[in-house]
Order: sequence, then C-alpha cells, then structure tokens
Amino acid sequence: VKMSMNPFCEIAVEEAVRLKESKAADEVVAVSIGPKQCGETLRTALAMGCDRAVHVSTDLRTDYMQLQPLATARLFEKVVESEQPDLVLMGKQGIDSDAGQTGPMLAALLGWPQATFAAKVDATGGDGGLVVERETDSGTETVTIPKLPAVVTCDLRLNEPRYATLPNIMKAKKKKVDVMDAADMGVDLTATNEVLEVYEPPPRKEGIIVESVDELVDKLKSEAGVLQ
Amino acid sequence: PVSVSRVAAAVATSSGRSYTTHSQLPEEHQMIYEMCRKFADEELAPNAGKWDKEHAFPTEAVTHLAELGLMGINVPGEYGGSELDALAYAIAMEEISRGCASVGVIMSAHNSLYLWPIQAFGTHEQKEKWVAPYAQPIKEDGTLNVGCFGLSEPGNGSDAGAASTTATLSDDGTEWIINGTKAWITNAHESSAAVIFATTDKSLKHKGISAFIVPLDAEGFSLGAKEDKLGIRASSTSNLIFDNVRIPKDNLLGNPGDGFKIAMKTLDGGRIGVAGQALGIASASIDCAANYALERQAFGKPIASLQSIQNKISAMSVARDSSRLLNWRAAMMKDAGEKYTKEAAMAKLAASEAATMCSHQAIQVLGGMGYVSDMPAERHYRDARITEIYEGTSEIQHLVIAGDVFKEYKG
Repeated sequence: VKMSMNPFCEIAVEEAVRLKESKAADEVVAVSIGPKQCGETLRTALAMGCDRAVHVSTDLRTDYMQLQPLATARLFEKVVESEQPDLVLMGKQGIDSDAGQTGPMLAALLGWPQATFAAKVDATGGDGGLVVERETDSGTETVTIPKLPAVVTCDLRLNEPRYATLPNIMKAKKKKVDVMDAADMGVDLTATNEVLEVYEPPPRKEGIIVESVDELVDKLKSEAGVLQ
Repeated sequence: PVSVSRVAAAVATSSGRSYTTHSQLPEEHQMIYEMCRKFADEELAPNAGKWDKEHAFPTEAVTHLAELGLMGINVPGEYGGSELDALAYAIAMEEISRGCASVGVIMSAHNSLYLWPIQAFGTHEQKEKWVAPYAQPIKEDGTLNVGCFGLSEPGNGSDAGAASTTATLSDDGTEWIINGTKAWITNAHESSAAVIFATTDKSLKHKGISAFIVPLDAEGFSLGAKEDKLGIRASSTSNLIFDNVRIPKDNLLGNPGDGFKIAMKTLDGGRIGVAGQALGIASASIDCAANYALERQAFGKPIASLQSIQNKISAMSVARDSSRLLNWRAAMMKDAGEKYTKEAAMAKLAASEAATMCSHQAIQVLGGMGYVSDMPAERHYRDARITEIYEGTSEIQHLVIAGDVFKEYKG
C-alpha cells in the first residue's frame, strides 16, 4: 500500500521550514512513528527542507486500532526529552483516525503551553514567544504563548506546502535519519481504548418540498423531531 | 546468425541495476516521479486546456518548473543544474507531459536540445556563459532564459545533411557570419539563445556542417510568425531568420565539421525526452478513458464492463507500458555509458505510435464527449500527432533501427 504524509503534518513541516528560512529557527528535525514506509515520508520532509529525521519504528497499526494517541504522545515525549526542541509543530489530526488528541496530550505530558488548529504562527515578536491565530467553529481566536517551549498543531489554512525541488531531493539523500524501535523506549504501547464497531453514517436522505408552512412545522415535529 | 560471443559481451558490459517498475526505482527517482506527478496534477492539468485554447506560453508554470530544478535537469551542479540522470529525465518528462504536453515539449527542447549539446561539446567558458544561466534560468527580474535548437530548414528536415544555412568566417577572422533560415523551432519566441547548425564547407557535404551558439538579440536576427499548430499549442514554433548575423569566433561549438555528429548525438538523447512526452500523452489518455468508462452507464451498467471497452483499455495499457520499458532501457543504457542510438530510436518510435493509438482510442471510449473540449481527450489526440514527426520522423527512426540491426548481422 502506497503511503503518504498526513496533509496536516505536511503543513506543519512547511511551517517549520519557513521558520528556519526566516531565521527564527536553527534546525528542523522531522519525526515519525510507524512502519518502514515512514522512511519515505521522512525523506519527503527532508526534501522539503528539514535538516534531519528521527524514525520511531513500529509495526503496530497507527490508525487508532492498536497504537493510540496517549501512547503516541508518550513516544513523542521520549523524543522531545532526548532532542530538547524549543517548538513542536504537528498536524492537528491524522486523517485516518481523526482523533486530534496527540498534540494536546503531548503538551500536557510535557507541561508545555499549547495552541491548536493554528491558521497563523507569528514568531517575529522577538520576545521568545509566539502569537498564534486559531481556527474555531465560531471564528479565529488569537492566543499568545509568552515563552517557549510549546506545542502547536496546524490547520489547513496555515500555509500551502511546497513541492520538493530536484536539488533538495538530491540533498535529502545525504541527510541523517536515526531509527529507534518503539518497543525499546520504555513506553507502554498497549491500547487503552477498545474499538467496538466502525460503521458508515446512514446515507443522507433526500430533502422534500413541502406545500405550506403548516406542513413544515408538522414535519419538524413528527419526522425530524426538532420541535416539541 | 548472431555470434554468441557478441551477445555475451553485450550482457557483461552493461553495468548497474535495471528497473522496470516505478516501485523498483531507487528512492530519489521515486521522489522525482511523485513530485512531478503531483505538480502535473495540481498545476498543469487544470490549466492545460486554457493554455491550449489561448495558444499561450505558460510562463508562470515554466517558471515554477525552473524553481523545481526541472529546466536544468541533467546539467552538473557546478553549472547550476540538478545533476540527475537520463532515467530521472525520462520519468520527469512523462509525468510533466501527462499534465500538459506543451509544457513537456518546452522542457524537453530546453534540456535535451539546447543545454545538452553545449554541456557535452562546449568549452568551460561556453558552459559558464550559455549553460549556467539557462540551467538556473530565472533572471533577477523574474523573466526566464530559454534556449532552442535549430537544425531543420524550410528545404530540409529529415535530410539534415543538406543544411543550406551558411556560416562564413569574417575577413579578420574574429567573427562568424550566419545566413539562412531554420524552420519549426520550438521555444523560438521565448528563447534568448539557440544552438544552430550551418554549413562551413559545402564541399565536405554533411562533414562540412558546424554547430554554433547564437544569442538571439544579435543584429540581423529575426523571428518568423508563430505557426498555427494542430496541437502543443501553448509552445511557440516558428522560423529563425539569420541575415548576416555576426557572432564571436568563440561561439563555434566543438570543432569545424563536427556539426552533424553533434546533432545526431543530441537527437539520441532528445528522443528519450520526446518518448517521455509521448508516454505522458498516452498515460493521460488512458487515465481519461478508464475513469470515464467506470462512470458512464450504458445498457444498465458502466461501460467498463463491456468487452469492447476492456479490449481497448488493455491494448492501450500494453502499448504504453511496453514503450515505457523501451524508453527506460534507452535511458539506463545512456546512463551506463553504452551506445544507445538504436534503443532511443525504438523508444521514440514505439512511444509516439502508442500516444496516437491511445489518444485515438480514448476519444472512441468517450464517444461524443471525446469530440468536445469539455474533456481533454481531443487535446491529447491533437497533441499526440506531432510526436511521430519531430525529432526524427517514424520513417527516419525505422532507418536508424534497421541500419543498426543489419550492422549486427553483418558482424
């Protein structure tokens, strides 16, 4: 099965590379947890401009069926302890499980401030902090993180990820990828939640045209159940 | 009968691994494949129809291609190129052309026909002046340095040895004076430099042809009107007209009399590029037809379930896959330093015929929808046709191939 980088993670990589290009960051390390194919997605991250990569290797399913967000966050916690970054950028959620939990859980485990669903990240304040605009259902919220380190998760409108240029694809070959086994990192990887059932929502029923307002109110009461 | 020792020798000298599927490719070739594919899907395919209708050179897209390193793909790093091999070029050409065949030919003429001969036969100074600013072709003002190649003339295409454009050394020996007309030149209207071929000694016939690098802002140079073509309409094609154009003596490429050899060697590599372009058109046609067949219903089910449609899709896939293998073989032989003239000719011949067959059948699968511009099938059909003609007609490819085959038998 051909695997590709989670789209929100791609946005996180792009933002990290831009922070390096604007000199706000010195080094960008790409990290991925998963099977052998992670090697390819990490190479893509390197070709986009990351300096080196860490691959936490596991054959456990990472789509919530085996390796779940809390264990994932604990693995990232170990990587953070060894790498000591000032900022962790992640996608807001993985499009396989759509859980959206790993980022907030990692911040909590580390005791770090967090800003999720970032649509804009501003590191230009010069005060060692960040101003983040967050996407919420009711509009954009601006959050200030006074001091790093912090965790920021990235949303769709944050940026448009670049294509890897040919020279960068060639340079990526020479960049370092460290591989470590998830089983050796002292983290309990067993699932804490059990997936009971996965099913599709019922197909959306066709709408109907009603003849009068009275008929509409009647249907809202008796069929849609939204009026008493 | 073929001597067995000859066959054994051929097998022993080929070096390096052989790749036959995308999944077998080394990592960076896979990444190049994916990057070009993504770029073609996102930026080329959605705009190709518009560029075709408007006969518009897609400056923004070609600039983006340059930013990605695709306009100097085989040039060494010291001259600003991406340092990739012929296999990477073949793969990139197919994916880019799958998005837009016009962008494909713009890319291939620039890479194979302009950059390659200067890179292969030029002096260090010529490479600094004429390769480096074209391998990284985005100038400070954001405009592009594009190159072209002038071999054909109104009076001769296949008969390349009959070049009537002349180059005469000036009385003081410091300049060449070029007179004549080149025809059918891709990128003519966007180019700032050209590699052209002119007769320096008519008595030596084809051994009296030399190659030159000509800056197109030279006095006495003019462009012909843009041809109104059937396909690849977003690329410009016209005559290059030289009326006592003076170029410095140092703009001679290689030695006097080397021109024909330089042209033939250039075309060998160019054929890998054009085969790539034809494969892109074939693949785009298959994509269009297969997707349509799965959606279009007739007699109560998708037409993909009908045997006559299945037969077409199968024949198209076999034609495309087999000519892709021929092209990869030619590219891998080039990369291994082996003579690959016959193999490149076979690839170009097969791929161009596959492009016309696949695009023809794609229209047939789409029925009426294949005949209108709402679907890309008609554009693929029009784009495909030139691939059997330029960079050596199919008839010339047959001569090249048969010549080499008979040579092997004569032993």
